[in-house]
Amino acid sequence: MSELFPRKQVMGFIFSMVLTAVALGVYFFDMSFAVGMTVLLITAFLQAGLQLVVFMHAGETDDKAAIYTNVYYGLFMALFTVFGTLLVLIWDVG
Amino acid sequence: MEFFERFAIPHPSIAIYASMVAAGLTLIAVLAGLTYFKKWGYLWREWITTVDHKRIGIMYLISALLMLFRGGVDAIMMRAQLAVPDNKLLDSQHYNEIFTTHGVVMILFMAMPFIIFFMNFVIPLQIGARDVAFPRLNALSFWLFFMGAMLFNISFMVGGSPDAGWTSYFPLADTDSVGTNYYMIAIQIAGIGTLMTGINFMTTILKMRAPGMTLMKMPMFTWSAFIANVIIVFAFPVLTVALAFGTMDQLFGTQFFTLDNGGMAMLWANLFWVWGHPEVYILILPAFGIYSEIISTFSKRNLYGYKSMVASMVLISVLSFVVWAHHFFTMGQGAMANSIFSITTMAIAVPTGVKIFNWILTLWKGKIEFTTPMLYSILFIPLFTLGGVTGVMLAMSAADYQYHNTMFLVAHFHNVIIPGVVFAMLAGLTYYWPKMFGFMLNERIGKWTAWLLSIGFLLAFMPMYVTGLDGQARRMYTYSESTGFGPMNMVSFVGAAIMAIGFVLIVYNIYYSVRYASRDISADPWDARTLEWATHTPVPHYNFAITPEVASSEAYWDYKKKNHELYKGDYEKIHMPNNSGIPFVMSCIFFGWGFSLIFSLWIPAIITTIGIFVCMTLRSFEKDHGHYVSVKEIEDTESELRGA
Ligand code: HEM
Ligand SMILES: [Cu+2]
Repeated sequence: MSELFPRKQVMGFIFSMVLTAVALGVYFFDMSFAVGMTVLLITAFLQAGLQLVVFMHAGETDDKAAIYTNVYYGLFMALFTVFGTLLVLIWDVG
Repeated sequence: MEFFERFAIPHPSIAIYASMVAAGLTLIAVLAGLTYFKKWGYLWREWITTVDHKRIGIMYLISALLMLFRGGVDAIMMRAQLAVPDNKLLDSQHYNEIFTTHGVVMILFMAMPFIIFFMNFVIPLQIGARDVAFPRLNALSFWLFFMGAMLFNISFMVGGSPDAGWTSYFPLADTDSVGTNYYMIAIQIAGIGTLMTGINFMTTILKMRAPGMTLMKMPMFTWSAFIANVIIVFAFPVLTVALAFGTMDQLFGTQFFTLDNGGMAMLWANLFWVWGHPEVYILILPAFGIYSEIISTFSKRNLYGYKSMVASMVLISVLSFVVWAHHFFTMGQGAMANSIFSITTMAIAVPTGVKIFNWILTLWKGKIEFTTPMLYSILFIPLFTLGGVTGVMLAMSAADYQYHNTMFLVAHFHNVIIPGVVFAMLAGLTYYWPKMFGFMLNERIGKWTAWLLSIGFLLAFMPMYVTGLDGQARRMYTYSESTGFGPMNMVSFVGAAIMAIGFVLIVYNIYYSVRYASRDISADPWDARTLEWATHTPVPHYNFAITPEVASSEAYWDYKKKNHELYKGDYEKIHMPNNSGIPFVMSCIFFGWGFSLIFSLWIPAIITTIGIFVCMTLRSFEKDHGHYVSVKEIEDTESELRGA
């Protein structure tokens, strides 16, 4: 019986609901912009990673290496682009 | 009457009316010719509905050559206007429209499809596959690109061209005329096609290589195209979003790039170059790949430093995304941001340099054979290096205040794009011509072309470095005699005219070779090294009767010289995809959709939007399992092609 029980999926589902609830908390509780943003960013990235690995089976085929390389590459690009843009347009306006 | 006024051009001239008449007559001639020779059915069955990567490739090629001439005429007009001080050939508005069209057409509708032509025609053959991963999607990519390009090209006859440069910076681009709408929507449609190409070829290269071809045994062109497609997949979505913002600003009054209500014009420049800098590497990397193939074939030895070639391209794919701000060093950010982007930009020169040395070391001790493709490749090395060096000069942010927006910059990017990308395309075209059409292009005319283009290029662009340093701004439609820019600009014009002769010679070469070239050539006329030469000419639609098995990066060479066995086993029936008209029809609807949006015709816009979704729905519910080529048919085709 225990082999049949989709343990990973159920745990993943519960965890994703928890993440959603925490993110929703930003709306209901009074907190500063910085704290709210931090909570949102962290929960968003965790949520995306969870969906990718648990429910989209990123690591379960022969393409594992290609998929993860792609994800890390994309992550690097996205972060560099966002922070580079902030630097150029907001933080370091000469 | 009022309804039709919006389609009139706001700034007419004799030249535009003449082009309208010429375009109309050409269209009528083509349609009449097709009807008279009863070619409609042939065109529909063999080309419009095809999903064969080779045919789609050839259609990309034809489009790219057409656009080369369109963009070339623009270029000549600009150089003629600037040839002497205070010239009155073009007024400022026309000049603005022409340089905008020239830039967009050359980068997006000439260089991109030319590169994609090579990817389409060569990659499946080079990796021993029967087609790309998603043949139907490939057809859709082509037709979307084609319709986007056509939409852009009618702008100067219907409603008016964009006039804010190929970079279309806001707030300059924020006008009431439809020019900017054309820019945003036509490029959007073509860009979606390119994005699909990127996904298609990434998948093809990762999943469809012949047995035995590990990643480190892929031929260099395939590697370069793979990296270029990765860059496409990560860069083009940024363009999509930027264009969508711009479209909404234009059509629905949003304020993304405006100067008030929290809009931010710099955001456009930023997003444009987040896409734009990777874009220049999307163009140059496959060009590098083509040079690598050609240089190793005609040096009669394997490419020097295979691993460092791959490593430098992987590094470039990362670095190309971290340098974009070097395009606007002068637009308001501080010293810290500029320094960071200066350093990343200079870093890009390192992997590029590694590749240059690898080519030189391949030539070193090679048995060099001076064919036309090789001539282009050898001319490329010194000429391109010059462009790279001036790139590093531009990369110094403090010095860039002197160079930016002058002819020096114009000289730099033409210096990398013409010897880098255009020469590669012409070299590759000459190299692959016999594989496509079963005869060679004339070598004598080909070499004349290469020399004319090189000399013309030097005459046309070297003076710009000088006048640029002296302060001649780019995109200025005229200048006074007292500036002293006159003589240098005249030299530029002469150079441009020589290049024009070179391009006309290409057409003449094709005509001459169609008539006189020998049809009796082998399937491997250059004694080449990679798999695309291992199959027959003309290539059967299934490419390889038996899937080749590969043991090295130069599988065909080792088959010829080291008795490696390529084809093991017997003929088996081959599964091939079916043709489809949906990509064409859907892209036509996209054309109508784009046109309706450009002119804010809401009812047709809604109808065409529904049409697009209907096409997608049809495709989703369609049952199409492709077809099989029987063993008998393969045997017949093979023995016919072998000339038995
Ligand atoms: C050694 C490598 C290179 C370096 C360091 C470099 C550096 C630069 C810099 C700093 C600029 C901006 C200058 C300014 O606006 O004042 C620039 C502009 C440009 N570069 Fe390069 N570049 C390199 C290679 C290339 C290549 C390979 C291509 C194309 C195939 C290219 C195409 C362009 C274009 C199209 C522009 C100008 C676009 C515009 O403003 O309209 N560059 N380059
Ligand atoms: Cu750049």
